[in-house]
Amino acid sequence: MIIELLFLIAKGIWMTAVVTALSLVFGIVGGGALCMMKTSQSRVLPAIATSCILIFRSVPPVLLLLFIFFGVKIGAFRFDPLSAAVVGLGLITAANMAETYRGALLSIHAGQWDAANALGISRVYRFTDIIGPQLLRVSMPGMATYAIVLLKESSLASTIGVQEIAFHASLVSKQTYLALETYLIAGLFYILMSIAIAWIARAAEVKMSRRVAR
Amino acid sequence: MTETLLLWIEWFPDLVGGLVISLQVTALGLIFGMPGGLALSIGARSRSKSVRWLTIAVTEIARGTPVLILLQLVYYGLPSIHLTFSSFVSACIALAICTAGYTSEIFRSGLEGVHHGQREAASSLGLTGYDKYRYVILPQAMRISTPPLLGFSILMLQASSLAFTIALPEITSQAYNIGSNTFRYTSALLLAGILFIAICGPATIGIGVLERKLDLHSRKTS
Repeated sequence: MIIELLFLIAKGIWMTAVVTALSLVFGIVGGGALCMMKTSQSRVLPAIATSCILIFRSVPPVLLLLFIFFGVKIGAFRFDPLSAAVVGLGLITAANMAETYRGALLSIHAGQWDAANALGISRVYRFTDIIGPQLLRVSMPGMATYAIVLLKESSLASTIGVQEIAFHASLVSKQTYLALETYLIAGLFYILMSIAIAWIARAAEVKMSRRVAR
Repeated sequence: MTETLLLWIEWFPDLVGGLVISLQVTALGLIFGMPGGLALSIGARSRSKSVRWLTIAVTEIARGTPVLILLQLVYYGLPSIHLTFSSFVSACIALAICTAGYTSEIFRSGLEGVHHGQREAASSLGLTGYDKYRYVILPQAMRISTPPLLGFSILMLQASSLAFTIALPEITSQAYNIGSNTFRYTSALLLAGILFIAICGPATIGIGVLERKLDLHSRKTS
């Protein structure tokens, strides 16, 4: 029976991974944009970025998901469950990643900018070739921690009907009346997946820092 | 626009009633969870290997499981071992378990932040284990831990909105119900969001200020 439950709930693993990965990518890119806005020289952009960050960190994720799924109608356009979940979780991730990047920017030595300028490197290449890679390496641990938070938050997508682990768990518990076993197994899957993320992140970190001269 | 405002005025009492339940659940979860977290963080530094492993396992399980799963485990799962709780109590239990797991890490970093010399000094003054923690280590550790604990409390307030999946009439489920009764999801959920921003926004800013203040203070004295 337990084996059967395992297989039934395991159907959701793929979707959980998809929601987590897509939201993380959305958040990593969006967080970069927010961070650029926040550190820009303009007068308006930093204020917009700061208020976006504050709003997305203040609203409970589940409320944001419900809002995007039920509340956002642009003409005939409605979000389907998966994209609503990815956009909602992605926005929250972006707000948190922006803070991570800002912390990481502070840790990059000012000499790196000076050196790039002295070599006459353009602003774009200065970012893509010099600052960006260092920023990525410094923010890796923050990203990994957040990926694990995100994995657990992806369970909220079940409330708007994305068929991931929590969704299947709730379905199975109603069909079999084995709620305790079902949710324990679901919890176990999440723990195993977060161990897997931690492991991948560790490997990536080792690989990235191997190329750094000290 | 005026129509929405009028609706908001009509819905406001319901949502504030829900908000009060959210705050109650959060407060009870924190009150019962934090001592658990402190116990786990002290247990993780224990000399006995079995105590250490046990506390690490409990912490990892409490931290590794999504709050949503914890909530449903307590509310739907525990009745099969003859422990039936109301949705309010279930929400408090689930949030308390989660709080214990997360705050144990916060307390642990606080305890580790206390200089080793403080422990040695307390021992050399002949303080017993309890007095050492109560009068020397914990007061210093708490100063390091306070800002992250407050930040975590905000996260818990947000997490309490998950209790809408177990039919607790807190703010998110109130907003959702208004939405499904009137088909005005957008404005109902928006009002709930605004209430959250009104609480969590200033709180986040305040914690940032407090953090800088406490940090400055510790730099001055050291």
